[in-house]
Amino acid sequence: MSAHAEIHTHEDNHGHHHKETFVTKYIFSQDHKMIAKQYLITGLIMGIIGILMSLLMRMQIAWPEEPNVIFKALLGKWAEGGVMDADIYLALVTIHGTIMVFFVLTAGLSGTFSNLLIPLQIGARDMASGFLNMVSYWLFFLSSVLMVCSFFVEAGPAAAGWTIYPPLSALPMAQGGSGAGMTLWLVSMAIFIASSLLGSLNYVVTVINLRTKGMSMTRLPLTIWAFFITAVIGIISFPVLLSAALLLIMDRSFGTSFFLSDIFIQGEVLHYQGGSPVLFEHLFWFLGHPEVYIVLLPALGITSEVIATNARKPIFGYRAMVASIIAIAFLSTIVWGHHMFISGMNPFLGSVFTFTTLLIAIPSAVKAFNYITTLWKGNLQLNPAMLFSIGLVSTFITGGLTGIILGDSALDINVHDTYFVVAHFHLVMGISALYGLFAGVYHWFPKMFGRMLNKNLGYVHFWVTAVCAYGVFFPMHFIGMAGLPRRYYTNSNFPLFDDTQDVQVLITVFALVAGLVQLVFLYNFVHSMFYGKKTEQNPWRSNTLEWTAPVEHMHGNWPGKIPHVHRWAYDYSKPGHDDDFVPQNIPLKKGEEELQH
Amino acid sequence: MTALLTILILLGITIAIWQMVKIFDLTQTNRDTSQVANDKDNSINGYLMLGFLGFIYLITIISFVLWGDLPLVSNSASEHGPEIDRLMIISMAVIFAVQTITQFLLHYFAYKYKGEKGKKALFYADNDKLEFIWTIIPVIVLAGLIMYGLFTWNDIMIIDEEEDPLVIELYAQQFNWKARYAGQDNVLGEANVRLINLDNANILGLDESDPNAQDDIITTELHLPVGRPILFKMRSQDVLHSAYMPHFRAQMNCVPGMITQFAFTPTITTEEMRLNPEIYDKVSNINKIRNKKSKKLQAKGEEPLDRYEFDYLLLCNKICGKSHYNMQMKIIVETQDDYNSWLKEQRLFKNSLVQN
Repeated sequence: MSAHAEIHTHEDNHGHHHKETFVTKYIFSQDHKMIAKQYLITGLIMGIIGILMSLLMRMQIAWPEEPNVIFKALLGKWAEGGVMDADIYLALVTIHGTIMVFFVLTAGLSGTFSNLLIPLQIGARDMASGFLNMVSYWLFFLSSVLMVCSFFVEAGPAAAGWTIYPPLSALPMAQGGSGAGMTLWLVSMAIFIASSLLGSLNYVVTVINLRTKGMSMTRLPLTIWAFFITAVIGIISFPVLLSAALLLIMDRSFGTSFFLSDIFIQGEVLHYQGGSPVLFEHLFWFLGHPEVYIVLLPALGITSEVIATNARKPIFGYRAMVASIIAIAFLSTIVWGHHMFISGMNPFLGSVFTFTTLLIAIPSAVKAFNYITTLWKGNLQLNPAMLFSIGLVSTFITGGLTGIILGDSALDINVHDTYFVVAHFHLVMGISALYGLFAGVYHWFPKMFGRMLNKNLGYVHFWVTAVCAYGVFFPMHFIGMAGLPRRYYTNSNFPLFDDTQDVQVLITVFALVAGLVQLVFLYNFVHSMFYGKKTEQNPWRSNTLEWTAPVEHMHGNWPGKIPHVHRWAYDYSKPGHDDDFVPQNIPLKKGEEELQH
Repeated sequence: MTALLTILILLGITIAIWQMVKIFDLTQTNRDTSQVANDKDNSINGYLMLGFLGFIYLITIISFVLWGDLPLVSNSASEHGPEIDRLMIISMAVIFAVQTITQFLLHYFAYKYKGEKGKKALFYADNDKLEFIWTIIPVIVLAGLIMYGLFTWNDIMIIDEEEDPLVIELYAQQFNWKARYAGQDNVLGEANVRLINLDNANILGLDESDPNAQDDIITTELHLPVGRPILFKMRSQDVLHSAYMPHFRAQMNCVPGMITQFAFTPTITTEEMRLNPEIYDKVSNINKIRNKKSKKLQAKGEEPLDRYEFDYLLLCNKICGKSHYNMQMKIIVETQDDYNSWLKEQRLFKNSLVQN
């Protein structure tokens, strides 16, 4: 390993003399730090679009009858006279889901922080392949552009829900959005998957091969463990979605019948025979469920790091944390059927999936308890990143617990596809992962841009968001349990649900406030990028290697030799040391014992 | 023009917030240039953490007080319903307890151990005993819930053909429902969408030569006799739909190309349910809301809303296209006698065909 590191140093000392043009530095950069920034900024822009869509939906649900000038302004021909079209509502549902799950919380979160932190925290000069890394980002960019473009298609964008179940998604005559809009969706996702796979392969190879001397797997920070396992799940599950998308493209364009059979629509029988939409559901959720953890695990990894640093305490139960990440990853690939209890599959399978699904609660509970214990008797530095991390644990618990109901096939019968589900997954993966993203940005902004974010704006951002997140999603459980289906354009055709309408209005008000307060974050982000206070090298007094690198970015990350690692990442407040942190590159003192992992 | 104006106004609001934030930002810079939390920040945010714990409890209590009557955990109208309700309430109780305790610990610790200069945290990295405890406790609790859940699930999903259930087909299409009764023989005639012939009104694609199909009855309202097990066979002609009958705690997807099934026994007639005091209150509350809305509508010169009367409903609960939000069918549970006389009035399939 040592020799390896030396060779790298050698190479990179030469690397400095290469001329960098604007294009190679800012656009087609192969530097992982620049690519991380590109991912983050693209992710944030997609996030703004996704959140805006959710606000349009919320306004439609709360005030379905009244013409809305905002609809008229933003939706054009889809909102004649300010009344939203029913198809475009479903399109908003679909694209909001797609953008938030894939473009913001997969690429924006994992892409940003895996890229930034893997080389810096394991002590590598860069990713294993800088070129693939660059290609990965640009494919992501291309797929983002295509996804956004689909909104300008004549017959409307894809509108079959982010799960794009056929036959609805396969037949243009079933829905306007299933024409060119769906084609764009599928092409965009296929490119996205290619991007994601290139990224994941790179992360896995880098973590396995390029760790610096002394950085054994048991000394890896939990962030890296999370990114590593996430990449592995991605490699296992994303290709299955790609195959599903390809088969769907075949059904749509080449007349095959993988997912379609016995269809009579608009007065004619179609030729499809022998396929099954349930097959698509299996393929989709074989990615779809692991995807939840692809979104969540990096957020949990970031939280582990941020909580330990700011609690000035070792993360409690490092081994259990790693074990639970691995357990969650393994279980996540055998629970997909809980999305399909009432899909018509054999009820016996329902029993099996109930069993595996509720098992996943165990490693999740271990993680939650370990976070709480890490806070116990700490010296908590309540920086904005820390607040978002604590907020993550809170929403992870609140949202995770209702999974016990949804994972139970018998109970799922009556709450399946209601607002109860919407509340559950938004809290446990939406809000939690978003908090993880924010925690990461507040914590590593100095590493990315060499400047600090304004903490007071951070506090405003967190507290308003935290209150609104509960205000939006907590009451939503109740209207879900009342039997109100999700994805209804309006509930006014069901007098049965008239008594849920005031809850809908309340939720929308909270959502609008939450949307507005994100502007505070945006301001903070953009302003601090240029005018923020210049950072010290290690502002949070953290142990991990990225803070041993100079503030000014350079190719190869460290001038001279790569630091060697002598201890794990969590020697905070260790007795026998003057400071309350001991960076990983500090050798053990004479007689000092390293914790056995 | 209004569109442009709205965009300008939205832009204006954005800029206004931006500027306000900027002013706020500028007023801060002189006092504290370090952007790392100091003791004062820790103290304020520590207290806010405690306040936030209060907020979580408060929103829980408020939700239960204001909307506690919304969840469908009582007054189920099917035989298996109370079982689901009981399991739901037990699960909710477990969740409630865990939520209350863990949120307390999380936020209380965040307050209690808020940082102070010069304080040193406890170096406490591991405790196998603790890890074991909080692995094993969820295991035990979940084992109980899993067992209970699986028994309930099997009870609902395993259909006992010996009970002689009444066989009814639920037929879904964009964007309405139809029911097909099996008639005297209680056997549904063979059907496939390829046999649909709109010219002679064979709208569900029944095999016209199948003797079992002759006495089938197709309706647009679902009538069920109380106390008799019903076996639903679901079919869809175009896209996925889901037959959701929340009052009966029943749901199953309708999948083109295959027949899915679900069975339950209705236990309470529509009439009885309307007289149930809780349902009665719920309905009058809804009518109060509707009256208020009607007045607003009338002031604008529009038609007032109809009075709401309780009915069981079948809703579509799988996204199925433009009018998904209005795909419903009324369900009427009645006595066997009422059911028989209603059925007698319906036309048999063989008589419903149009002869050309």
